[in-house]
Amino acid sequence: MGQLTGPTDPAADARWHDPGPRKGFFTDTSICIGCKACEVACKEWNRNPRDGDLELLGSSYDNTGALGASTWRHVAFIEQGRDRIEEARASGRALVSLGMPGLGAPATADPAAVSTAPAAVSTAPPDTPEFRWLMSSDVCKHCTHAGCLDVCPTGALFRTEFGTVVVQADVCNGCGTCVAGCPFGVIERRTDGTAAPKTKRGERKGEQPPVPNIGVAQKCTLCYDRMVEGQTPACAKTCPTTSIKFGDRDELVAQATDRVAELHAEGMTEARLYGANDLDGVGGTGSIFLLLDEPEVYGLPPDPRVPTADLPQMFRQAGLAAVGMIAAAALSFLKGRS
Amino acid sequence: MANADCIVIQGSNMAECHPVGFQWVAEAKARGAKIIHVDPRFTRTSAIADKHIPIRAGSDVVLLGALINHVLTNDLWFKEYVVAYTNAATLVNEDFRDTEDLGGLFSGFDPETGQYDPATWAYAEPGGDGVESPGGGHEHGASAGARAAGDEHGSGGPPLEHAQLQRDETLQHPRTVFQILRRHYARYTPEMVRDVCGIDVDDFAYLARAITENSGRERTTCFAYAVGWTQHTLGAQFIRTAAILQLLLGNVGRPGSGIMALRGHASIQGSTDIPTLFNLLGGYLPMPSAGRHDTLQEYLESIASKKQKGFWTDADAYTVSLLKAWWGDAAREDNDWAYDYLPRLTGPHGTYQTVTAMLAGQVEGYFLLGQNPAVGSANGRQQRLAMSHLKWLVVRDLNLIESATWWKDGPEIASGELRTEDIETEVFFLPAASHVEKAGSFTQTQRLLQWRHKAVEPPSECQSELQFFFALGQRIRQRLAGSADERDRPLLDLTWDYRTDSRGDPDSESVLAEINGYHLAGPDAGQPLSSYTQMRADGSTAGGCWIYTGVYAGGVNRAASRVPHGGPGPSQSEWGWAWPANRRILYNRASADPDGKPWSERKKYIWWDEEQGRWVGNDVPDFVADRAPGSRPDPDLGGAAALAGDDPFIMQADGKGWLFAPKGMVDGPLPAHYEPQESPVANALYPQQQSPARVTFARTDNLSAPSAGTPGADVYPYVFTTYRLTEHHTAGGMSRWLPYLSELQPEMFCEVSPELAAERGLENYGWATIISPRAAIEARVLVTERMTPLVIRGRIVHQVGLPYHWGVGSDAVVSGDGANDLLGVTLDPNVQIQESKAGSCDIRAGRRPQGAELLRLVGEYQARSGATIETDNVRITDPAREILDPRRED
Repeated sequence: MGQLTGPTDPAADARWHDPGPRKGFFTDTSICIGCKACEVACKEWNRNPRDGDLELLGSSYDNTGALGASTWRHVAFIEQGRDRIEEARASGRALVSLGMPGLGAPATADPAAVSTAPAAVSTAPPDTPEFRWLMSSDVCKHCTHAGCLDVCPTGALFRTEFGTVVVQADVCNGCGTCVAGCPFGVIERRTDGTAAPKTKRGERKGEQPPVPNIGVAQKCTLCYDRMVEGQTPACAKTCPTTSIKFGDRDELVAQATDRVAELHAEGMTEARLYGANDLDGVGGTGSIFLLLDEPEVYGLPPDPRVPTADLPQMFRQAGLAAVGMIAAAALSFLKGRS
Repeated sequence: MANADCIVIQGSNMAECHPVGFQWVAEAKARGAKIIHVDPRFTRTSAIADKHIPIRAGSDVVLLGALINHVLTNDLWFKEYVVAYTNAATLVNEDFRDTEDLGGLFSGFDPETGQYDPATWAYAEPGGDGVESPGGGHEHGASAGARAAGDEHGSGGPPLEHAQLQRDETLQHPRTVFQILRRHYARYTPEMVRDVCGIDVDDFAYLARAITENSGRERTTCFAYAVGWTQHTLGAQFIRTAAILQLLLGNVGRPGSGIMALRGHASIQGSTDIPTLFNLLGGYLPMPSAGRHDTLQEYLESIASKKQKGFWTDADAYTVSLLKAWWGDAAREDNDWAYDYLPRLTGPHGTYQTVTAMLAGQVEGYFLLGQNPAVGSANGRQQRLAMSHLKWLVVRDLNLIESATWWKDGPEIASGELRTEDIETEVFFLPAASHVEKAGSFTQTQRLLQWRHKAVEPPSECQSELQFFFALGQRIRQRLAGSADERDRPLLDLTWDYRTDSRGDPDSESVLAEINGYHLAGPDAGQPLSSYTQMRADGSTAGGCWIYTGVYAGGVNRAASRVPHGGPGPSQSEWGWAWPANRRILYNRASADPDGKPWSERKKYIWWDEEQGRWVGNDVPDFVADRAPGSRPDPDLGGAAALAGDDPFIMQADGKGWLFAPKGMVDGPLPAHYEPQESPVANALYPQQQSPARVTFARTDNLSAPSAGTPGADVYPYVFTTYRLTEHHTAGGMSRWLPYLSELQPEMFCEVSPELAAERGLENYGWATIISPRAAIEARVLVTERMTPLVIRGRIVHQVGLPYHWGVGSDAVVSGDGANDLLGVTLDPNVQIQESKAGSCDIRAGRRPQGAELLRLVGEYQARSGATIETDNVRITDPAREILDPRRED
């Protein structure tokens, strides 16, 4: 097992000889139009079954709800009034005054990021709109330290030469350990339930082809099969406004940092990055996001932490406990003798 | 659009309905452009716009008219552009009377036909009279409206007898277009906007500042609209208002300027260029009318006079080439090139008139191709009941759409109005090939033809339209072979000889070659034409659609050009092929000043090169290539030869952009605001409530809700508007059968404001019933701040939003009540489009009743409102305050 926390090149860490640059997504939610073409392109390419029960979820225009075994891209819709917008602006400004252009901007790891914190942030924000509708396409984070991969007992999950994390459906035994291991709640086992084309009211609607990979863990592969052919992942390829960008992670982080600075200069201080900080609890993510509010608003954990990050400490403590117990046992024997 | 400095999206939800085209708006925004969305609802377009301005549905002429007034009164118009390139300086004849003079009517209204005689709107002649139409006299609105003559202007303006006009370039003469315009819009003020549109004065000021600061030599503003503008009783006038504004600001013919018509789906532009409309032939040539166009001579004279300016004067060459393409050797000079083979219009044969004819038992058979009127057309119940009167119905579609299954599971079966065993209509369902299963071209919004290749063979018996119609033609001709009957000649003489493959299927590229046209005589006989200027009226050329000539120049399918990013040039001219002549911006002569120099370095596009003595630049110049800027040819030369060096609008009869339309519009030379057919608001501008020339259908199955000021107006107190969502396609035939799309928007819903929800006790994600004088439907409720109640003269007006993708049937993955059932049928007289963007309704909590109870609910509302077939269907709202001029002797 390689490094468990902190900045690293995950592909090199996984013993790939001469891996290429780490690949990832940069999802710029400030230009997302919520068309859901990413959701559809993903399902078409990966032949994922329809999800859900064909009823309105009660969540604005979002009817798929969350990432899951069959939905690997998910667009969230959040309607907000003026008060919440002002709070988002204030919290974004606070991040800047802390010297960080956004949550998770690499403070030390990436020297380029330092210069992008705008020297003179425009102090005149544009008029706060009365209302806004946030849209954001979520996806597997392809963490530097991936909880799912680290806890997988069968080796079904593996780190690719692109630094991404992929499930091998034919190796997975469906134990579900990875589901608990993911700090973002991304990976899931595909069950019969999600596949049956029925509604809550019990009507059968539409025919579906047989559902593949039932019972095993499923999640975004960053279109591994396309990447090995030099192709762009389906969601990024189809995105009409380039809200989803695919490329070398280093370049995407630099681009994202510039974009935050640009938005701050326009007075949109609510803009911040998510996943770009290599010092965070998962060592930074392969999929980074530009958000316009706190991560919780989008259903993202504010401070994700890979469970295995604590492994050394746990081992130390377990070791200590073991030593203690051995000592205690020895002591009791010694005492008994005396 | 990527070149615009400001983009106003109004009457369109571009991000949701044209997400791919929206990339250019996104790019403009990334380059610093300001994006403003004016719409009744806050949509996904508003979400990434700089500003959303809510507006009451159907009031757009007031907002745009007030912008015109703002630009005129504050001297913000682009003077050199307006004086040189528009008809601002042209004098209108002295008999013209404006709506300001006549209480909301223009001169020439005929209350008997309900249409205008446009004679008094004509330009003044140097002699004193008005400039007539070719062939003598103006076509009365009643006959122009009946053939939806407005559609003919898809590629150019209406004709004038000649282009000898009176002009006053100081613009001071009271009868100049400029002064008429000034008077006409004087009462369209920011306060009027507040009181009619519900837009506050600050928001108006923001919009006015944004567009005027981003217009002029250095900058350009662009408008984008879709059916939010067109689908009104005065829809064509909405667009005219924007055209006036854009001309005044110099925003036509320049990079990042213009008014973008966003078409509804892949080849809707193509379906008007090579029309599926009842009133057009290829390239916007009119369909001849019985009695008016009995001879080829009469027909050609009505299209354009040889003495007017511009390229429409060659309509004879375009027409004869078309006839040669269709009838080959059977089209000869001695039979007027088989002109008599063309069918003749005897009245309006649009879809809604056809439906009423079906109800009257006058139509035996009906073909539905890529259309689902049981869900997609206004007054769905009327559509479905009409189909039950047919002898036979052919539905060609990808899926068993509701228009193919209404006889067994439609709403009228459920309500008991129809019983399956009583229906005598024989319904044939023929499976269709999808767009990836056939080769051909799409013509999109920008006039760009893009070729698509066949990716896979169609499954089982699915056929493309081309295969189907080719085979149908062959079979009919086999049946008629040997017939001596004259009426069969047009079918038997058709050139029906497309190249076929080993399976007998026609090659779509050979159809493109015919559309492009070819030489029939001379050294190049058999060779493709390379430009429509090669077309001749002597039978030596053939071509199916003159504006498409050049797409197959040199025998190369130019629609299939796919150089990445369209090549190195700024006009991206190597991606696809744009009609006409692969020109990317129309009227681009206007991108240079009258002396032929670019207005600014930043916006340079086409300019005059003194050394070469030609127009050059980043696109194909839309002008006579060697006509110098200062040229002043004798207007009597006619045609392209008569175009002066500063006549950029080469398809207009006088070479100028029309602020005032002396011809062509059947409902007025200038846009004036009228309320929708049914409206809870009284017209604040004129005594006349509705557009006087609108096309009405006064029938008991098409009642209108009483408008403001009449008893019963409070029964249907809310405005509803219909629209589309990104996740679905129109009436759902291509999306509700697909699980991946159905799951994204699974259920019919309505959108209401929290205030309306409180007023009516509607629960978020609960059910609501929406009732109009035509129908009652149910929908899940989305309570959202994206819907804004508007204050109209101190009164709150609530709007209800209804997507129209769902229909009642049993075959789709998802189904639901159809919003279009609520709509009535009242049409714009220029183009016969229905008013589907503004109607009156009531909304209440809970699901609708089932079966016969549903009809009782609708009937109870009708009775309570007192609606009769007269309601909203009178021509003159207030005869005491409105003046008919010229006065009629009754």
